[in-house]
Amino acid sequence: MRLFFHEVRAQQRLFWRNREAAFFTFFLPVIFFLIFGAVYGNDYIKKEHVKGSHFLEAGMIGYGVAATCFAGLAISMVVRREAGILKRVRATPLPPLAYVGAVLASTFVVFLIEAAIIILIGRFLFSVGVPNRLLSLLAVLVLGAVCFAAMGLGITGLVRSSEGSSAVINAVYLPMAIISGTFFTPKNYPGFLKAIANVLPLTHFTKLTRDVMLHDAHFWADGSAIAVVALWGAIGLVGAIRGFTWQPRSA
Amino acid sequence: MSAVRVRGLRKRYGTHEAVRGIDFDIRAGEVFGLLGPNGAGKTTTVEILEGYRDRDGGEVEVLGEDPQRAGGPWRERVGVVLQSSSLYPLLTVRESLRLFGGYYARPRDAAEVIEIVGLGEKADDYVRTLSGGQKRRLDLGLALVGNPELIFLDEPTTGFDPGARRTAWETIRNLRSLGTTILLTTHYLDEAEQLADRVAVLRDGEIVREGSPAELTGGSGETEIRYRLNGDDVVERTADPTLRLNELTGAALARGERLEGLEVRRPTLEEIYLELTGE
Repeated sequence: MRLFFHEVRAQQRLFWRNREAAFFTFFLPVIFFLIFGAVYGNDYIKKEHVKGSHFLEAGMIGYGVAATCFAGLAISMVVRREAGILKRVRATPLPPLAYVGAVLASTFVVFLIEAAIIILIGRFLFSVGVPNRLLSLLAVLVLGAVCFAAMGLGITGLVRSSEGSSAVINAVYLPMAIISGTFFTPKNYPGFLKAIANVLPLTHFTKLTRDVMLHDAHFWADGSAIAVVALWGAIGLVGAIRGFTWQPRSA
Repeated sequence: MSAVRVRGLRKRYGTHEAVRGIDFDIRAGEVFGLLGPNGAGKTTTVEILEGYRDRDGGEVEVLGEDPQRAGGPWRERVGVVLQSSSLYPLLTVRESLRLFGGYYARPRDAAEVIEIVGLGEKADDYVRTLSGGQKRRLDLGLALVGNPELIFLDEPTTGFDPGARRTAWETIRNLRSLGTTILLTTHYLDEAEQLADRVAVLRDGEIVREGSPAELTGGSGETEIRYRLNGDDVVERTADPTLRLNELTGAALARGERLEGLEVRRPTLEEIYLELTGE
């Protein structure tokens, strides 16, 4: 336990010092919330029956989970793997699971802070009420964080080099974020995009978040959406178990 | 007592046999050099001893345990410097040492390690601002911070300028005087000669010669005699230099001549190494 907290502290320090990564994974969802909130926050989105800012708040939390727990985690783990840092850590008495656990815990802390800031911005700049069911919201966020982190670790096995990591992972998560309706409602999308959106985990995570935040739903209200997110998480976990390595892949 | 015991070690990658049945022992407290050209199997051997790779055959004991199965308590006693630098660029030198020191039950103080590896002036700078040589010294520091009994150094000075190599050598000698057992791989002869108590020369996955640097040079038997005769350079090799010299000088004196440019020398480790490794 002492080792775990020792490592979590180090991971926090490493995250916040890496300004570029912190910008893309932590601040960008917040900045997009401010920009798009200013653009259409006061419009009424008929197909969703909510105001733009209400819609966007849950969407940016969804974008945040993909940026922080999936993309940010995956890129930093590939970079560390290729730099030999993971291999080096393996030579110490620190148990491998304590290391991975600490990296995940640190990532979740970052994401929860991010979600809290988005909710506060919503409250004070766009007069979106603080959600009533905070425990249900927390449960949804943790579910999403865990599943997207599993996918993040899973995709590291498909990326061979440090240089390629941002390109590959951004190519996956940015289109996913847009198709999944984090910025705009997918209800206006053409059929084929809707069909893709329906199988993507971020669509369902965002729906769960929106239901809890805007419609006071319980965490467990939409079992099928939970199942889709969890299924993707399980796929990620299998990928991580099979593909995650401590040794550099290139060279 | 042996710190490391290797018998009949084998490792293959696909059809390529990287290590073909090698034996060696490293005594506690000695510096053992594993010498050989790139691709001879040095890193494969070291990574098996470090527990990174599983062997295909033979026996390996490191500090009394099989590295393939050894756990945390064993890792407490072993320090590792990988072939390429492996550091977090956004920690300072001191933070890196504290982070890694925290993984061990009885770590050395970060300040003490900074002293040993000579990074005092850089202690509070980010790792990414260090030069290549300074990064390697921090790698060495991270290997020391857990206060290990045995350290693996995989090519610790490759790419150093001569000054930086001397500094690193000094550090490694300091470690030895603290009683640490060291396994050093290198493809630099002078490094092995300077640092190692014993050397094994590896070629194509086999040990072709083993002994102290002095034994390796002494063991080749042949002595080289050079002189000039009638304006031509003559080079002879002989197993009995006393007799041959007596003959040569006797004959020259009998002719009333002097052997110009007479030189008698043992082959250097470098020459023996080049001969052994076929380079």
